[in-house]
Amino acid sequence: MQNKVLLNMKTDYIKDLEQIKDIMNRSTRFITLSGLSGVSTGIIALAGAIVAYQTFFKDTDYLVYEAVGLSGAFTGQLLVIALGTLVLSVISALFFTRRQTKKQQQPAWDAQTKRLLINLLIPLVAGGLFALMLLLKGFVGMLPPVTLLFYGLALVNASKYTLSDIRSLGIIEVVLGLLAFWFIGYGLLIWALGFGLVQLVYGLLMQKKYSL
Amino acid sequence: MKEVLKDLDKAFENRVRLGIMSALVVNEGMDFNALKELLDVTDGNLASHLKSLENSQYIGYKKEFLGRKPNTFYHATTMGIEAFKKHIKAIEQLLSTH
Repeated sequence: MQNKVLLNMKTDYIKDLEQIKDIMNRSTRFITLSGLSGVSTGIIALAGAIVAYQTFFKDTDYLVYEAVGLSGAFTGQLLVIALGTLVLSVISALFFTRRQTKKQQQPAWDAQTKRLLINLLIPLVAGGLFALMLLLKGFVGMLPPVTLLFYGLALVNASKYTLSDIRSLGIIEVVLGLLAFWFIGYGLLIWALGFGLVQLVYGLLMQKKYSL
Repeated sequence: MKEVLKDLDKAFENRVRLGIMSALVVNEGMDFNALKELLDVTDGNLASHLKSLENSQYIGYKKEFLGRKPNTFYHATTMGIEAFKKHIKAIEQLLSTH
């Protein structure tokens, strides 16, 4: 008899602990990240890398440790490809995330979303501006490592406010960024690996892990 | 065993009060509507549990104006955080006894 009472009490308290954990997570973290965002942005990044390779990097050796003389037309075209990839990625990420928040009936724009975005955007905007300046000064070879590094650090920073899986993704991107500098000739390939393939695989894994 | 039971806090026996405390110990402050949405409870229910935690001095509040609308921000007091920690510890101890 005594044991049964104790057992019931324990079950209740286990439920209490689960509830505490759930509320703490929901009130501090943005948990409706969609794996499909990762998949779609991965595919878009791969397409962007292929277009950039076909248009510019196939027959040139711009991926070196020095500034290269670029024509204004070249800079403009590369900028268009880069911005196009960026804009399409953001749109697809927003689309799939919005769909996910609707499905889980979570508010899309609340304190958690704001906190996540601010912490993601501070390193990301800094990195984006830095990359833009590197391009304008002709340091094309620095673009893959710099974008990978800042993106990775932005993810590590933002991971405190969303699913913890994002942290390891960020660390992988940072490591790839370092490699992209050391093996600068393979920069675009490593960039495609980081923003494309790794992101895609992560998206698939998260989709599988969290799909209800 | 008796010692452990003594540390369990009556204030947290209710799920809503436990929920309020869980949210307030990990956030600097939350307003009434955010708590309501998070815990999925009615206004009256939430208000009465907030009042009771207030009476135990486990939470405090600040009234602020957002434009012209008054907004009440709740936060956990040091006393509340200590009590919450003690309660969790007691639960953990209880669960580890056989």
